[in-house]
Amino acid sequence: MPDALYLSTAIGLPYLGALVTALLPANARRLESWLAGAVALLTLTMVWLCYYPTIAEGGVVRAEIAWVPQLGLNLVLRLDGLASVFAVMVAGIGLLVVLYARYYMSSDDPIPRFFAFLLAFMGSMMGLVLSGNLIQLVFFWELTSLFSFLLIGYWQHSAQARDGARMALTVTASGGLALLAGVLLLGHIVGSYDLDRVLASGDVIRAHPLYLPALVLVLLGALTKSAQFPFHFWLPHAMAAPTPVSAYLHSATLVKAGIFLMARLWPVMAGTDAWFWILGSAGMITLLLGAYVAIFQHDMKGLLAYSTISHLGLITVLLSLNSPLAMVAAIFHTMNHATFKASLFMAAGIIDHETGTRDIRRLSGLNATMPFTARLAMVAAAAMAGVPLLNGFISKEMFITETLSASTAPTLLHSLLPLGAALASIFAVAYSLRFIHGAFFGPTTGDMPHTPHEPPQWMRLPVEVLVFGCMVVGILPAATIGPFLDVAVRSVLGEATPYYSLAVWHGFNLPLVMSLIALAGGALLYRLLQRHLNAGIDGTPLLRRLDGRRLFDRVMVFLSWRFARTLERLLGTSRLQTQLRLMVCVTILAAVLALAPHDFGLGVLQLSPADPVIGLVWLAGSLCALAAAYQAKYHRLAALVLLGGAGLAVCITFVWFSAPDLAVTQLLVEVVTTVLLLLGLRWMPKRLELAGSGRLLSRLRRYRDFAIALGAGLGLTAISYATMTRVSPEGISRFFLERAYTEGGGTNVVNVILVDFRGFDTFGEITVLCIVALTVFALLRRFRPAPESIGVPDQQQGDVRNWMMVPAVTMKLLFPLIGVVAVYLLLRGHDLPGGGFAGGLMLAIAILLQYMAGGTRWVEDHLRVHPLRWMSAGLLLAGGTGLAAMAFGQPFLTSYFAYADLGWLGKLPVASALIFDIGVFALVFGATVLMLIAIAHQSVRSQRAAPTPPPAPQEER
Amino acid sequence: MELILALSIGVLGGSGVWLLMRPRTFQLIIGLSLLSYAVNLFIFSMGRFPVGRPPVLEPGTAGDPAQYADPLPQALVLTAIVIGFATTALFLVVMLAARGLTGGDHVDGRRQDH
Repeated sequence: MPDALYLSTAIGLPYLGALVTALLPANARRLESWLAGAVALLTLTMVWLCYYPTIAEGGVVRAEIAWVPQLGLNLVLRLDGLASVFAVMVAGIGLLVVLYARYYMSSDDPIPRFFAFLLAFMGSMMGLVLSGNLIQLVFFWELTSLFSFLLIGYWQHSAQARDGARMALTVTASGGLALLAGVLLLGHIVGSYDLDRVLASGDVIRAHPLYLPALVLVLLGALTKSAQFPFHFWLPHAMAAPTPVSAYLHSATLVKAGIFLMARLWPVMAGTDAWFWILGSAGMITLLLGAYVAIFQHDMKGLLAYSTISHLGLITVLLSLNSPLAMVAAIFHTMNHATFKASLFMAAGIIDHETGTRDIRRLSGLNATMPFTARLAMVAAAAMAGVPLLNGFISKEMFITETLSASTAPTLLHSLLPLGAALASIFAVAYSLRFIHGAFFGPTTGDMPHTPHEPPQWMRLPVEVLVFGCMVVGILPAATIGPFLDVAVRSVLGEATPYYSLAVWHGFNLPLVMSLIALAGGALLYRLLQRHLNAGIDGTPLLRRLDGRRLFDRVMVFLSWRFARTLERLLGTSRLQTQLRLMVCVTILAAVLALAPHDFGLGVLQLSPADPVIGLVWLAGSLCALAAAYQAKYHRLAALVLLGGAGLAVCITFVWFSAPDLAVTQLLVEVVTTVLLLLGLRWMPKRLELAGSGRLLSRLRRYRDFAIALGAGLGLTAISYATMTRVSPEGISRFFLERAYTEGGGTNVVNVILVDFRGFDTFGEITVLCIVALTVFALLRRFRPAPESIGVPDQQQGDVRNWMMVPAVTMKLLFPLIGVVAVYLLLRGHDLPGGGFAGGLMLAIAILLQYMAGGTRWVEDHLRVHPLRWMSAGLLLAGGTGLAAMAFGQPFLTSYFAYADLGWLGKLPVASALIFDIGVFALVFGATVLMLIAIAHQSVRSQRAAPTPPPAPQEER
Repeated sequence: MELILALSIGVLGGSGVWLLMRPRTFQLIIGLSLLSYAVNLFIFSMGRFPVGRPPVLEPGTAGDPAQYADPLPQALVLTAIVIGFATTALFLVVMLAARGLTGGDHVDGRRQDH
């Protein structure tokens, strides 16, 4: 099991490190660098531990962590030769970059953020290369896009960095989405997302009709990530990142993810014409375009960026050739490019750091002032140009050899390959010379922002290590990099691994001649272009119009602004009426569609005999409802009274059909709602019915709404009637009826269901009630009535003190009586109709009557209700009852009951459910009173704030 | 009996839907109340129409479903009534706040016509 541990550590450790680093104080620079370095080193060690002996012998280390096994989704970590090469690059160059960044980053920069992002990015890259499952691979792929976005945009204050980061994210993450689609297709073809199974089904994939769509989608992901034409434009703009980030992202990691993916899927997806044509043309254009544009860059990092694009194109061309030898060259060149490009970026960063500029036009003669850095950069640039005895030479020679052997194929692109390779090599020599000659030679000038000098020794160390690598591999390839390359190649090609020779000298052959021609041609080209370059003209000759960025911006503006706005204008509405109308129509349509296939006629059930009383009640109730709908616009009070009439009909129905609990609750709620709405009416604007109002348009609108409402009503009738005349299947009611007394200890089954069987639901419900009451309270604290409704209403002006004398006295006298009934309702609730809801509402009405009878101030002088205390006590009591059950080892809200003998008072059922019900009671009472008082208080407040009209907008209490 | 109830549900629901699509906040609140009556009645009617058989048991016995009204729809409707009350209260306060902030009682807060 140690392998699983090593692998999960290799991914988890960087993330953990990122988390810890992010929490460290901003001034703990050294600590953070040490931590990040240690994390990188440990990650490298983990890969190393796995490498020997399994992978060195051609094996695969695999670890599986079950995640959603039902869906075939497991966290699969898989390390083989190819993955290990990339993992070593990610962790190794990561380590060097951390060391370099320690000296590069200025003390003004927020260091924790930098290292946290860097480590998180490292973790994502490790996850990407170690994924043994395609979905997981895409997940980490998108994570690398995300963290590279954060890294590129690290200097948030710079608009350039923000734009570059946004562009990189948009391009690479959209590519990632395409990749996800492609991977889903692959998974569909293979029947599994497991990498081992996918790698074993190459023939199935290539023969499948979905092969081409899958290929295009997967390659869209790879080409965007690896900055291949036409998606290359994001990479130069990503140079706004700090140089350590560029050195890391654009040499060994981010852009190589695309290469990794192509190499990973090479055995199963390559070998077709489509593969060659897509990759070959994209790679060739990128190779030439990047190299050509690189020559004319004045910014050192810009030059390196375009050279990176070009080298990635080179690797893509190699991968496209469908030849095992080309695959060897591709992996080899990936490693070489990582070493020399990382060192070159770091050297450019050192120059920038020590001189204050990266502009080749301003830099000059640094060979004299920074001799060590100059030598290192020269060697690295020579490797980039492909000078013999350096690693770049060997892989480039392999590239030329491959293009030559591929050129025998009949197509035009094949035969153009060697020419393109030669041309690109010439360009590469030219831009490498420009990099070196422009910066290090020429007269020493004082034109630079800082006086140049050598960097601290430790800052140079990473460059030294990498350049040393370039030289050793260049001189002794077989002895140094050979075994690792072999393992990597074998893990991809398996049995098909060809014989290849890693040597500096292969005899005097055509590739060597071409290399020499390239060196000479490049030097000549540079000489010829020197006048143009020294003139310092911006832009690339011949390609000035090709601006990917402008195109990208235009597309972005269209998509995110014009298109979105148009769509919103065409399809959206901000009007509630339209939204509700749509909702109603969609609901009707959904109901019709759902029910249409079924028999919609009458059911088989015998109809119950119609009772004339209920018929009359509902005749009145329906008329009330219709009248309320008719009057609600101009006669609010009338509508409210009519609404009460309809409610009363509902209430009578409940009583009639054996639901006393419902009837009680409905009646009480009816009272409270009516009073609430009455209190609210006071603040509404006056509305007078205008004779003959209604233009044709609004009349038509009303007809349409009437038709919709008629449809909804008819539909409801039909559905209800159809349901009522059918036998309902045996539900769970039997369970409740049979156990209400024996297990719940109460005879009122509805109450037992509420406080016992479904106690948790009730608990949730009273919590909602609590939240609503608090929201009402909070909203009313900020209440600002409209100016015209602040004045004292006409009805209350003058001497109104005694005009309700008789009812007021009656109501005051009724208070204790109603209170007793409320408590009675609460206590008997378990056995007879009543319960906490009804009791709480009843007590709230008692208080309400006092407010109506005596006025707010009179009540509050005599009786102070603290609704918040009632509510919190109720909630605590209900919750506490539930928790108490847990203290006895029972599940939450399990109830217990017994009967307490109170002598002549009778037996009182004492169930723990009663305590729960008391909690409900207290909460319902508190919440209701809180809402009522909060609304009632508005009148008092405004009168105090503005005693006589014309009033000013009223202020807080 | 079924027809009476079904028609009543239809009338209540239709009136509610009509008010739902009106432009004034108060109409909306009345409409929602009517609609909730309709829905409550519909759920309640799933328990059929037993007369004189409330689900209150004789002490010490297990209830027989044939003898008592179905308690389950009743429990559901009881919950719905209380939640409906809370919603109405909340809408009322939102209506008041909107009235204060926008100066009118249109559901969209601005249009004064139609």
